[in-house]
Amino acid sequence: MKILLHHPPREVAVAGPKKVCQVLRELEILPDTVLVIRGDALIADDDVVGDDETVEVRPVISGG
Amino acid sequence: MRCRKCSAKAIIRLPRHNTAFCPACFSEYVTDQIERAIKSDRMFGRDEGVAVAVSGGKDSLVLWEILSRLGYRTLGLHIDLGIGEYSERSRKKVEAFAAGRGLPFVVHSLREEHGAGLSEIAEGLRRPPCSACGVVKRYNMNAIAFQHGMPVVATGHNLDDEAARLLGNVLHWQEDYLDKQSPVLPNSHPKLVRKVKPLYRLAEREIAAWAVLQKIDYIVDECPNSQGSKMLLYKDALNRLEAASPGTKHQFYFQFLDRQKTRAQAAPAEPDLRECASCGQPSTAEVCGYCKLVGTLKVLQ
Repeated sequence: MKILLHHPPREVAVAGPKKVCQVLRELEILPDTVLVIRGDALIADDDVVGDDETVEVRPVISGG
Repeated sequence: MRCRKCSAKAIIRLPRHNTAFCPACFSEYVTDQIERAIKSDRMFGRDEGVAVAVSGGKDSLVLWEILSRLGYRTLGLHIDLGIGEYSERSRKKVEAFAAGRGLPFVVHSLREEHGAGLSEIAEGLRRPPCSACGVVKRYNMNAIAFQHGMPVVATGHNLDDEAARLLGNVLHWQEDYLDKQSPVLPNSHPKLVRKVKPLYRLAEREIAAWAVLQKIDYIVDECPNSQGSKMLLYKDALNRLEAASPGTKHQFYFQFLDRQKTRAQAAPAEPDLRECASCGQPSTAEVCGYCKLVGTLKVLQ
């Protein structure tokens, strides 16, 4: 699957299918710091992302 | 994962509340938390106008959206800090949001007023940008709200912001700041407006999730000046604690608020405020911090 990351914007590949929580663990991202979005829809941490899919991992932490 | 309230498919898990919600129940939860904050902390009433400080980020746009939906009379206040492309994109987000909903708003541009953006001002004054930014925002939010007859300024500070700020204040034992770290700061001078934080019961992730569900187009990019900020360091530490022990941030901040109520009874009196000799806004000194900043800038130019 293709993962779109921010800060800085970049793409990484992760083998699928995998649950969202497993993807975040593999990328060493704390679940409380991001949202995972497929298309324009929020997906839950137990949703499965297929190998041919693209998801955005959007940070929610701001410095202000 | 099923919604704990209605058993529909859940889209978000909230470990700190040991629950999960579907989109409809989550939206209700978010709105309830904001209404609860407004009412229990007596932030403002239905008959008062509320100036909403809007940056273009998720927190302030969600706050503006919900206050408008709840029927409050709002006025958006946007400070264009002149931080290059980041400020341009932030301003466009605010303008598009307001235009799409027909909401009134005011933009104050630092560059139009002073001929320089925040980064140049901070560099010229040899001050950290975030320190100058705080002075600029606090001063202008109060002054503009007051000019427009709004008795209250609401900001988008959330639970994560407040817990991180509390951690910073405790680590440095900044007791003066601890005394002022409350969801409601009353107006202690006729020219000061009340400052309130209706999102303090909600985590940053909950607010971002609500923004995505409601298709609110906010700026995801971070302010370029925030890289390496202490605030992000404190948030990172708290998020690691939260992952290991859900509810840590909530307990840390809410238990502080409980203790603060006791402290408030014994707190020293507010410092005497006078009017700034230059601009007439409330100040603890003869000339306020903002006028000193602007005055130094003029000398440098």
